[in-house]
Amino acid sequence: MPSMPAEVHDLGVTEMAAGIADGSLSARALVDHHLARIETHDAHLHGFLHVDVAGARAQADRIDRARAAGKPLAPLAGVPIAVKDNMCTRTMPTTCASRMLAGYQPPYDAHVVECLAAAGAVILGKTNLDEFAMGSSTDNSAFGPTHNPWDLTRSPGGSSGGSASSVAARLSAAALGSDTGGSVRQPAAFCGLTAIKPTYGRVSRYGLVAFASSLDQVGPIARSARDAGRVLSAIAGYDRRDATSIDRPGEDFTASCGEAIRGVRVGVLAGAALEQCDPEMQASFKAGVQRLQDLGCQLVDVKLPHMGHGIAVYYLVAPAEASSNLARFDGMRYGMRKPSGDLRQTYAQTRADGFGTEVKRRIMLGTYALSSGYYDAFYLKAQRVRTLIRNDYEAAFAKCDVIASPTTPRPAFEIGAMHDDPLAMYLEDIFVLPPSLAGLPAVATPCGITRSGLPLGMQLTGSALSEAKLVQVADAFERDLAFDSLPPGLGRASEGA
Amino acid sequence: MAGAFETVIGLEVHSQLLTQSKLFCGCPARFGAQANEHVCPVCLGLPGALPVPNGAAVDMAMRAALALGCQVRTQSVFERKNYFYPDLAKGYQISQFALPLSEHGELSVEVDGATRTVSIVRIHMEEDAAKNIHGVGSGTDTLVDFNRAGVPLIEIVSGPDLRSAAEAEAYLRRLREVLMFCGVNDGNLEEGSFRCDANVSIRPVGQQQLGTRTELKNINSFRFVRKAIEYEVSRQKAVVSGGGTIVQETRTWLESSATTVSMRSKEEAMDYRYFPDPDLPPLQVDEARVDAVRAALPELPVDKRARYVATMGLTESDAGVMTGHPEIACYFEGVVSELCKQLGNGAKLASVGKRVANFIQSEALRYVQTEGLAASLPGAPEALAELLALVEDGTVSGKMAKSVFSDMVQSGRSARALVDEKGLSQVSDAGQLESVIRDVLASSPDNVAAYRGGKTGLLGWFVGQVMKATKGAANPKLANELLRKLLDEEA
Amino acid sequence: MAQTKIPRDQVEHVAKLASLMLADDEADRLGHELGEILAYMASLDELDVAAVEPTFHSIPMGAPLRADEVIACFPRETYLKSAPKSEAGGFAVPKVLEGEG
Ligand SMILES: [Zn+2]
Repeated sequence: MPSMPAEVHDLGVTEMAAGIADGSLSARALVDHHLARIETHDAHLHGFLHVDVAGARAQADRIDRARAAGKPLAPLAGVPIAVKDNMCTRTMPTTCASRMLAGYQPPYDAHVVECLAAAGAVILGKTNLDEFAMGSSTDNSAFGPTHNPWDLTRSPGGSSGGSASSVAARLSAAALGSDTGGSVRQPAAFCGLTAIKPTYGRVSRYGLVAFASSLDQVGPIARSARDAGRVLSAIAGYDRRDATSIDRPGEDFTASCGEAIRGVRVGVLAGAALEQCDPEMQASFKAGVQRLQDLGCQLVDVKLPHMGHGIAVYYLVAPAEASSNLARFDGMRYGMRKPSGDLRQTYAQTRADGFGTEVKRRIMLGTYALSSGYYDAFYLKAQRVRTLIRNDYEAAFAKCDVIASPTTPRPAFEIGAMHDDPLAMYLEDIFVLPPSLAGLPAVATPCGITRSGLPLGMQLTGSALSEAKLVQVADAFERDLAFDSLPPGLGRASEGA
Repeated sequence: MAGAFETVIGLEVHSQLLTQSKLFCGCPARFGAQANEHVCPVCLGLPGALPVPNGAAVDMAMRAALALGCQVRTQSVFERKNYFYPDLAKGYQISQFALPLSEHGELSVEVDGATRTVSIVRIHMEEDAAKNIHGVGSGTDTLVDFNRAGVPLIEIVSGPDLRSAAEAEAYLRRLREVLMFCGVNDGNLEEGSFRCDANVSIRPVGQQQLGTRTELKNINSFRFVRKAIEYEVSRQKAVVSGGGTIVQETRTWLESSATTVSMRSKEEAMDYRYFPDPDLPPLQVDEARVDAVRAALPELPVDKRARYVATMGLTESDAGVMTGHPEIACYFEGVVSELCKQLGNGAKLASVGKRVANFIQSEALRYVQTEGLAASLPGAPEALAELLALVEDGTVSGKMAKSVFSDMVQSGRSARALVDEKGLSQVSDAGQLESVIRDVLASSPDNVAAYRGGKTGLLGWFVGQVMKATKGAANPKLANELLRKLLDEEA
Repeated sequence: MAQTKIPRDQVEHVAKLASLMLADDEADRLGHELGEILAYMASLDELDVAAVEPTFHSIPMGAPLRADEVIACFPRETYLKSAPKSEAGGFAVPKVLEGEG
């Protein structure tokens, strides 16, 4: 931990909520402070696509009034949180960072947005992303890239780059992202943060604009595992509007935070994927594993023989589902329309103008994989290999409780670096894709920093519904590591802004 | 090439299910609202909205499947059928493809005394599309109304087992009847809640292999079905006889010209890219659920007809009329059972059933109006049963019953009340009638003497006098008996 | 099996299925990119998975069934106001030729 939190924005979610509950903090002051930071810093970062100044203040005032009236406060009361702009909000636009939906305002709130409101959180605004969450750089936004607070020339990762950037820069205490194939974990790794990709079905997808329905999950990004667990506790739970929602009662995922992790069996991933990582990443990961052992964990060698195939499987399955999910954006009922001759031409021109390069690439790839004559060879085969990946995990979790791996092979790359080489970009997802394909929960947590000052992340994957265990292990690891999540040049008053 | 051809027809029927809400959302599934007043994020395909299946729709689909003898899969899969069209909100229709809800059923139809058993290949569930409305807007735009989008449908696919347009029509009538009696469809062809596409081909008699087929759409009445298929068969025969070949294509029936015209050929056929809908886990129905639906299956019209003929004394034709609509059958059975109850042990079901059927056909049907599954009936079955009981016990003559019934329908009052009020009941009281007869005998001493002298033919004349004296209300049978007794005993 | 470029007519066929108007150079670029990506996907061919069940849903479960209950709808303006074009309570779209769906 930093030696001392000199500023209110350095407080975690838990401390902010406690301060508001005991009256030492005012929700209004807290939100105004964050709005001021957005005003100052977001011009450089471009993490937000929309800031709801009036709505955030109104919610903060409600919290302060409720406290003054002696009413009990909800668990996230007054905590300023940012929401990725692919979750529907009734009072703010929801654009998915696409020209297709510029200015679109949905008539309803996503389940997770309702949950945040019910938990008393103050939603500051909507954050930038790769268009329709397709990408791992946040470069693929129709409204311009987001920058990494650790190095403005670099990407914050993606697709939840705006959320990660805002949390790292202390423009929000935590944020919601969505994770289809690493989209909360990889940005967390690039920005020195903690993120949780929950078990598929743990968090309702109702109101999350679909990218790949069998993989999409909403997850929190925060500055500690405990904070992320706290936000996850607020958004997880059964929702009958999502037929894939797991029917389970709510849970406090931070219940075991602070407890020792002695005896936890940690599976350590060995093999080629690790060897192809940046040397600094390899060293940092090894040190992280050593740290877990020092904390009393029992190390076990595990293999996921089909992990390497995860990339091919994912980049067939996700685009296939996406090609169908994005068919609704046809310019007929909402969003943009580019009138052009007859009906068919209007469809084609609207979609040509409304979607960006990466989205079109994936729609083409997915349409191809599903088309007559290729379905068996590509889509169906990928879904069969997906079963092998699930089986690999099943075998591995017979021997261990969590599996440790790097989150990414390398630290944050420069903005635009891999624009012209989509395949090279896809290959960087090697560690984050397998848990997604198997529907398993995974936590990304900081494990070190490069000599040039870029964060590195470690991923802990658990068996289905083991989020509480993952949060506990990550929390113990983080407290021991005492990673300073504050990017240079942002934050403490003495350093200026 | 002028040899004989055999016609081969298979039918695909889309039938809306009569649920309260739509298949995947809570919007009302019924018609009658203004355009786009029965819509929500789900059926409009708004970003982020998700489908959740309606259990009642699944049960209704199973009811239809079981009624048609299909096997229900304990696990079936909703898939996405992908194509772009303005009546399709999501760019795909949620349907079933590789693993449908049910398969392997059959339905028998009779045409000109010959029975044809038609296989039902599959029955699967899917959502209905929106309605494109043309020529309403100020410009050339089409207006789309999503009220119908997402209404549950079952698609019932027959095998290529039908051999004539008449058989196709008979199959559709039978199928519609089954669905209506199961309470899952209102049978309304004109409003499109029961729609039919026909696959038609011809082949030389004796050939096993199927000929190239065309798919006929837009046949929304029984009359059109017949005309469209007959037209198409003759068109195909003309093409083949002229040395041409049939092109596999979709053709639409144009009522205005009484022809079918090509809409789309196979070459332009869409690649629908079906794949399992990731938003919807497999549809699992356990044995218990299937059994519960099976147990609650109503008696099918074909079984009703057989029972009416076998045990209620009806002719085939009577039975057909009594099963013309579920509500008529229900009314008929209600009257019969109530009447048997009122008549007590002595009542013979066979004679009671026949008389009820006769009365309903001659008197009651004219008051029956049906609209879909609903029907307005001439009062409750109990009311008609009460009237018919009065006929049975001789209180009212059969002829009077007709006018009483008409009064009942007009006034809504009971048979008993009307009969009492108007003094319509027959004089069946022996004592009362005897005093009338004594008066008649006393006023005609000559005829009495003649009768007693052997001119027994005068009995009829005396009966006439008694009827006159009672204004026709005397029970003729009783009057006869009493006259005979009084004339004879005082001889 | 390693193809390096998807032929132009195939790119155009897929674009038509996906309702995407592609500029000339775009179709050309996509032909190369998709070819390269799909060649990589061919790595799956080294696995014999014919006997392996596919995983369409990562968490095995059956669909929950909803009770048949009507939920009140919002006035249509709620939705029509987001439409690019609407008229007389309907979503206005370029003239539809029946049957082309
Ligand atoms: Zn709806």
